[in-house]
Amino acid sequence: MATLIKERRIASDNWRLIKAGADGALPEIPGDGDIIVPLALWQRERAALLARKGGLAVWLDSHEDPAAIADDLKHLALVAVNFPKFGDGRGYSTARLLRERYGWKGELRAIGEVVRDHLFAMAAVGFDAFLLRDDQDPREALTAFHDFGESYQTSAAQPQPLFRRRLAGAK
Amino acid sequence: MYIYDEIDQRLVDERVAQFRDQTRRFLAGKLPEDEFRALRLRNGLYIQRYAPMLRVAVPYGLLSSKQLRMLAHIARKYDRGYGHFSTRQNIQYNWPKLEEVPDILADLATVQMHAIQTSGNCVRNITADHFAGVAQDEIVDSFVWCEVIRQWSTFHPEFNYLPRKFKIAVNGAEHDRAATQVHDIGLHALRNGDGEIGFRVLVGGGLGRTPIIGHVIREFLPWQHLLTYLDAILRVYNRYGRRDNIFKARIKILVKERGPDKFRDEVEAEWAHLKDGPATLITEEIERVSGRFTRPAYLNLPATDAAYEQQLATDPAFANWVKRNVHPHKVAGYAAVTLSLKKTGVPPGDATAAQMDAVADFADRYSFGELRVSHEQNLIFADVEQADLHQLWQAARTLGFATPNVGLLTNIISCPGGDFCSLANAKSIPIAEAIQRRFDDLDYLHDIGELDLNISGCMNACGHHHVGHIGILGVDKGGEEWYQIEVGGNQGNVRPGLPAALGKVIGPSFARAEVPDVIERLIDCYLQHRDSEAECFVDVVHRIGVEPFKESVYGNADQRAAHRQRQLAAH
Repeated sequence: MATLIKERRIASDNWRLIKAGADGALPEIPGDGDIIVPLALWQRERAALLARKGGLAVWLDSHEDPAAIADDLKHLALVAVNFPKFGDGRGYSTARLLRERYGWKGELRAIGEVVRDHLFAMAAVGFDAFLLRDDQDPREALTAFHDFGESYQTSAAQPQPLFRRRLAGAK
Repeated sequence: MYIYDEIDQRLVDERVAQFRDQTRRFLAGKLPEDEFRALRLRNGLYIQRYAPMLRVAVPYGLLSSKQLRMLAHIARKYDRGYGHFSTRQNIQYNWPKLEEVPDILADLATVQMHAIQTSGNCVRNITADHFAGVAQDEIVDSFVWCEVIRQWSTFHPEFNYLPRKFKIAVNGAEHDRAATQVHDIGLHALRNGDGEIGFRVLVGGGLGRTPIIGHVIREFLPWQHLLTYLDAILRVYNRYGRRDNIFKARIKILVKERGPDKFRDEVEAEWAHLKDGPATLITEEIERVSGRFTRPAYLNLPATDAAYEQQLATDPAFANWVKRNVHPHKVAGYAAVTLSLKKTGVPPGDATAAQMDAVADFADRYSFGELRVSHEQNLIFADVEQADLHQLWQAARTLGFATPNVGLLTNIISCPGGDFCSLANAKSIPIAEAIQRRFDDLDYLHDIGELDLNISGCMNACGHHHVGHIGILGVDKGGEEWYQIEVGGNQGNVRPGLPAALGKVIGPSFARAEVPDVIERLIDCYLQHRDSEAECFVDVVHRIGVEPFKESVYGNADQRAAHRQRQLAAH
């Protein structure tokens, strides 16, 4: 069972992830409940999705451009980004763009191949919720946020790179 | 040396702990093999033909004697008593045990070393001119900029899972000794009309199976914008580089498919958002990094040392070594020295633990306790007093590191090849040795003059064969090792009027035993055609073209046709 980590704690999850079928066909929209829909479904059924009851979120696959939802963020309760493969790092850029360019302040959830060894970097680029892959040990995963005490680069928690903070510390 | 501060040290220590935990989970069956593979590669650990191979980072090739002693210690304690210096200025160990690698990394961390990002699809070791800081044609000390980029690239959260590996080279001098035109990004320091420092930015160069010379996408990038511009390039690559085919995943393919102009436009559009952001560099940071480098306490010396002049005049063997292996220095009375790891019969770039310890002692005695690894797989003492050169030469001779062949045919760049590497189609080291034996006569070698001969055991081109004046590529034909030969390649603008160039294949490949003969015929052809001793092999290839060289090896067109007929008849 996939576990959700949110705000660095194991959290309950009411969101239902809607995926296209193996043939690429988009599913029916569920009548109620909180749902995370694929970008294509949002683009096709925008009015219906906005009219229904229940929470609404969109997930982007790794090749999808966050610019596609930049103007829609006000309608969304959360945004999710899919990591289809262990080594597919496109979602890291997607996250930074959502946070830094498009100003997304709400929940940013990593889904797909979300494993312990990715969590530190995912958090650094702005993810604050992590739907762990089924086989992951949630307690072990929680330790990942402490892998490093510092980062050279800017991060969601530290918008200034280390060299500017070092300088501030020296003054 | 850049001396770590507490944070630099803690990050490296935390990396060791992280990898120890990953190894523990893997050995306990809790981490799938393919995922551990990606994680171990980020710590330089390959599983090779016979054993694991560990690649330790030597950032921009710079080492202290203390670090070199640790590398010797690791060779002795965890390996078989030797290491291999690579074309990326790193060192590789061919026989470590997987379960001991966390201990090796912990030992390395005690001397501010690591194996971070020496492999995997991430930003690799930043490489530089091995004469940085001492070259007479220096514009900036490239080591400072390399360190700034090293810190930016270390665990960069956005760019840790790129489509493919990513290599950045920095050149800080007028001449390019860092081969910046054949890297994913090449940075070439410049001063503009107002004396301000900036970088010419090249993108999409590379060797491998699709060799390409990099494209200039910015003529002058003011230094303050270096990191935001790199972020922009890497972001475009991370988002749009191909991930469907490993052989088309390097940035050079993206640049080629989009066209350099369109690629530049995308980078500039991305950069418009990042420019002047928090990652914009500031003078204080450059000064801080520069200030953490140790600097030699040079003495005030005369430009020439009388005893040294005397030794040069009376000892021809010494003079010969000086001519090839001693290089000018920007400070009067000092010289830079290449210790050649290209002695005939020793795999190019290999050094034993005892040799490393001895070199560390010599570095302490003769070169302020520091040395560099060059991409030509030699060791460099950058700061030697002229008055000490004769002693150092004698000391280097005791180690077999005084072969006077820098810039000459036997200074062969070679990958480890099929003797070690699981990717290789063919062996490289025995070919290097056979050629070195054939050209063992020093007078002949010096008469041939400047010649880069590079050997790769497969088309991944770790031995940089495309940019050798003569390049040799191992190929597999029906399970047998064959060797294809190129001429006319060049690593970069190491002297005026000699731009980077990719070699051209001269024709069908050869069996291993034939290779020395073929090289000899190419050399004969060059000697016949050169207009003077000043005209080097590669100059002649560029002047007269490949055809005369082809003829010298395969005969003229008629003879080649007859040869093909005979070959067909034989099958």
